[in-house]
Amino acid sequence: MNKQSIISIRGLSKTYDGGFEALTDVDLEIRKGEIFALLGPNGAGKTTLINVVCGIVNPTEGRVTVDGHDIIADFRATRSMIGLVPQEMPTEAFETVWNTVSFSRGLFGRPANPGHIESVLKSLSLWDKKDNKLMTLSGGMKRRVLIAKALSHEPRILFLDEPTAGVDVELRQDMWNLVRGLRDSGVTIILTTHYIEEAEQMAERVGIINRGSLILVQNKQELMHRLGNKQLRLHLHEPLKSVPESLSGFDLEFVPESCELVYTYHSQRERTGVTMLLIALGEEGITFHDVDTKQSSLEEIFVNLVTWEK
Amino acid sequence: MNFYAVKAIYVYEMARTFRTIYQSILAPVISTSLYFVVFGAAIGSRITAVEGVSYGAFIVPGLIMLSLLTQSISNASFGIYFPKFTGTIYEVLSAPVSYVEVLLGYVGAAATKSIILGVIILATATLFVPLEVAHPLIMATFLVLTAVTFSLFGFIIGIWADSFEKLQIIPLLIVMPLTFLGGSFYSLDMLPPFWQTVTLFNPVVYLVSGFRWSFYELADVSLWVSIGMTSVFLAGCLVTVWWIFNTGYQLKA
Repeated sequence: MNKQSIISIRGLSKTYDGGFEALTDVDLEIRKGEIFALLGPNGAGKTTLINVVCGIVNPTEGRVTVDGHDIIADFRATRSMIGLVPQEMPTEAFETVWNTVSFSRGLFGRPANPGHIESVLKSLSLWDKKDNKLMTLSGGMKRRVLIAKALSHEPRILFLDEPTAGVDVELRQDMWNLVRGLRDSGVTIILTTHYIEEAEQMAERVGIINRGSLILVQNKQELMHRLGNKQLRLHLHEPLKSVPESLSGFDLEFVPESCELVYTYHSQRERTGVTMLLIALGEEGITFHDVDTKQSSLEEIFVNLVTWEK
Repeated sequence: MNFYAVKAIYVYEMARTFRTIYQSILAPVISTSLYFVVFGAAIGSRITAVEGVSYGAFIVPGLIMLSLLTQSISNASFGIYFPKFTGTIYEVLSAPVSYVEVLLGYVGAAATKSIILGVIILATATLFVPLEVAHPLIMATFLVLTAVTFSLFGFIIGIWADSFEKLQIIPLLIVMPLTFLGGSFYSLDMLPPFWQTVTLFNPVVYLVSGFRWSFYELADVSLWVSIGMTSVFLAGCLVTVWWIFNTGYQLKA
């Protein structure tokens, strides 16, 4: 992956007129060609961050550059590179799909290119709806139209603010296939989502934002390795009434009278304790017929981080 | 200059007019025709000529101005308010367009619609009254100047409004009375001296007067005063729009 930065955010703060501090001294680098997932609870500042980069919200402090261009001093250069799919679904109800997507292309300073619009609409399964008014489309179809509008001017950076909120599973899969295709063609993608499994599947790096501050930015795999616990699940031959005294030093969970014993350990430590546990179990005469392990999900890591912040 | 963006906004806004052609074009033409029938033919036939011009013909410039003012404000205010209301304004704010380009697109389209409407009403008037235009170039200048100025004014209202009620309140409570009291249906000489003086504070007087002069060389105030006052109002609107764009008032958080 190309490690060159395409978006650089330095000391970014945003305080709204009412005094609400939505962003506090945020520093962030987005790398060219990556898929970056920005995670955070509602009101964490994700949308404000995106809106500042896109020019919709004025920053209070700090500097943002896109491919080396300042977003305020050189807004034409930066905005022409960016496509935005907003969280809400604002649409002009009486416009047709074709007209609204063509409008977006012109607005972003590109000459008419019916071939490109056709290709975008086909890639989003919107071609047969091109003459339909937006008011006649389902929520999922409107979401596709917003993506088509964002792609109409061939952006190099695509912001997807909760793009799969409220869409069905099939459409979600279509969208992520499209996103992967865009990434493969060199487009940098920044997404926010509440579906953490999506970030886990799609993103290369993850940023976690809470109450306006960026808590952590890390490669997804490294994050999961660094913060993720692993669980060893033993399926016993006989149910246990209680954990023997000799096993009290291990972080074990079990439901009395059940046949499952769960050992939680940190997978990155030199000594995980797995060998010692298995020896101790053998000494106690506890036998098992199956064993499996499970890595913490990104969601569990996210919840832990946000809870810890509180 | 992002010409593609200006064109995109302009074409998009004009398309809205043609989609709502009954409301945008036909309704004002019918209502103006009714004015001609009522004030021109029915009542006007019993009113003596004003400085040699039949009453029916005398009110034509005022009626065109009436439609031009109200439609310019309505078109421009709705044009920018609607994207704010639906939320699609995000796209304009995030696009590589300067405020001048946004203005050219929205105000240009609103002014164009009003001018088209003004010309249609002028053509309609010829069906009811004998009409002559003494100074076509000055008439066209007033038509364009008024359409642009009041489209700018409408744009400001559209930015300021945060509800449909606010969108209507200035046109209905301020602009409409000023238009009716701006000499559309009468010469200022017909008013008592006190009200003649009061009327001079009404900017619409200067528009109607100058526009009427271009038809019949009849004016309540000097042509140059009319042009000057209209230009002052235009400058005021431009300064206000400049301030709006510089502060992001009602547009950007």
